[in-house]
Amino acid sequence: MRKEHLSVKHLIMYYRTMRGEVRAVDDVSFSLLKGETVALIGESGCGKSSLAKAIIRLMPRNVSIYKGIILFNGINLMDLDEEEFRRKIRWSKITYVPQAALNSLNPVIKVGEQMIEPLTIIYKMGKREALEKAAEALRRVGIDESFIDRYPFELSGGMKQRIIIATALLTNPELIILDEPTSSLDTLTQANIMNILKSIKRETGLSMIFITHDISLSSELADKVAVMYAGQIVEFDTAERFYSNPKHPYSQKLMDSVPTLRTNKKLDFIPGSPPSLLNPPKGCRFAERCQFAFNNCAEDPPAIYLDGDFYVKCWLYMRK
Amino acid sequence: MLALHEEVVMGAPLLLVENLRKYFEIKRVFLGKKTYLRAVDGVSLSLVRGEAISIVGESGCGKTTLGKTILRLYKPTDGRIIFDGRDITHLGWKDLKWYRRETGLVQQDPFGALPPFMTVKRILEEPLVINGVKNRREREEKIYKALERVKLTPVEDFINKYPHMLSGGQQQRVVIARATILEPKMIVADEPISMLDASVRIEILKLLQELQQKYNQSIIYITHDLSTTKYFSERIYIMYAAQIVESASTSDLLQNPMHPYTRALLNVIPDPDPGNRFIIRNVPAGEPPNLMNPPPGCRFHPRCPNFIKGVCDTREPSIIEVAKGHYVKCWLYG
Repeated sequence: MRKEHLSVKHLIMYYRTMRGEVRAVDDVSFSLLKGETVALIGESGCGKSSLAKAIIRLMPRNVSIYKGIILFNGINLMDLDEEEFRRKIRWSKITYVPQAALNSLNPVIKVGEQMIEPLTIIYKMGKREALEKAAEALRRVGIDESFIDRYPFELSGGMKQRIIIATALLTNPELIILDEPTSSLDTLTQANIMNILKSIKRETGLSMIFITHDISLSSELADKVAVMYAGQIVEFDTAERFYSNPKHPYSQKLMDSVPTLRTNKKLDFIPGSPPSLLNPPKGCRFAERCQFAFNNCAEDPPAIYLDGDFYVKCWLYMRK
Repeated sequence: MLALHEEVVMGAPLLLVENLRKYFEIKRVFLGKKTYLRAVDGVSLSLVRGEAISIVGESGCGKTTLGKTILRLYKPTDGRIIFDGRDITHLGWKDLKWYRRETGLVQQDPFGALPPFMTVKRILEEPLVINGVKNRREREEKIYKALERVKLTPVEDFINKYPHMLSGGQQQRVVIARATILEPKMIVADEPISMLDASVRIEILKLLQELQQKYNQSIIYITHDLSTTKYFSERIYIMYAAQIVESASTSDLLQNPMHPYTRALLNVIPDPDPGNRFIIRNVPAGEPPNLMNPPPGCRFHPRCPNFIKGVCDTREPSIIEVAKGHYVKCWLYG
């Protein structure tokens, strides 16, 4: 049996702002096994990126509460202090590719020079050796190694994104967090990046957290799916079950709003908009937009475990 | 040729675009030689009254330029645009005012398209003032009607708000209300949903659909996302490197794609399916050409899996009708 790689339990992260406390990540739990990919899907502002930042511990300064358990290889990362986390985890074990990371490449510094920074800084590796590793990493994402001496301004968006992914893999991490890795790219370029990620997944057994708002795209990588709504994961299930039979009313509606090419279905949408995370409703956060809402929904539904670690946060699934 | 076909079938089109070209001059300081970026290079299409068509292409293929040139926000370099029986290709500034009233534009980024310091009411009032609706009561009535059309109701809740107080979907509704407030004959919707969230996208798509069906609004829908076209338009034009490479009725094109580029596009778009993660998709290598110096022959030939040496790389394919109303610009069929 494969062992549990990452397990996030009751993670909470709130921001302090002028207008009050923003509950960006509010009691979130999910887990993945080694070599698995969990897709984190949800609409903008639901807290997906905040969750990623909470895991890799790259948080803005105005965080007011940050607590919970993040078990990584059985070790609770929350017990590590900042220095230990920086030395032992970030980059070496877990890497993070933030949204629009391709724009962070300095256009006038050679690709190779920028790629090797994690190696020369964290591992104190010599420049020549680091550049060799960088060349190898480029080949892995389907880019000719001569591109080490090119400048980012000469490259297309898809090329830059591949370089970013190659860089994130340079230190041979065990887990990579990809935040909307293809959202600004074209259809064909996006497919190309997905192919690369699939083969990396297959060949290296890398675990991934794949954050996206695009449900169709999420199925390109996901072994497990976590649906986030208003700071909470409302459903966590296997890909097999989720794409054919989503359980939470929000997931169902979301699935109904996905246009499909190959099947004919009626499209639907969710009226209204998600609640503010400044002052979310006391009960179920989706209740106001939910067609099945009933008395119970005035209270916060617990995570109802249906099978192992998989749950749905909805009163409809409470056994009587 | 495209136009002829539809004229016979469906009566006189509202819009007829023939061999339209739009080149942008690139100033080369060092070489002193003029070069051109050929953003739209010989595009023909037609739009029947009350119809919705889609123009699908990747970024940089010239689809936005095509939309803007059709709206005469750009001056065409060559070709003809006939709108409602009138040649508007070279209309002067004064006459264009008439054309502006008959057309509307919905842009991609709703927040960027709305002035942040104006209320919804003032935003919608401006086109009315400019177009000489002098009576204030009449203006107000039209604003109410426009907001009701885009379902921002009750109108009182929205009319005095500023754009930042609205959600993305509501902002896009205001943009659509503004584009349609003068009841134009045609609107160009350029990626109207790509900046919006999944659940809101369909709301806007359905709204555009309703405008078309209920108010007989003719719409040119420009998008990079093939999967949304099927719910919306009657005809699809596939654009690659400044040219239309295939056009057909929506169902025909999706079920029976002919051009290798269209096939590649359709092949890589996923539907939500857990099996997807085990498939490595066929993606044509390379990237779209630079429009300053497109390749000779067919512009897709450097990436094409069906490339025929000595043919595709030397002669430009002409547009061939392979089935009724289905046109392809590809040597495989000629």
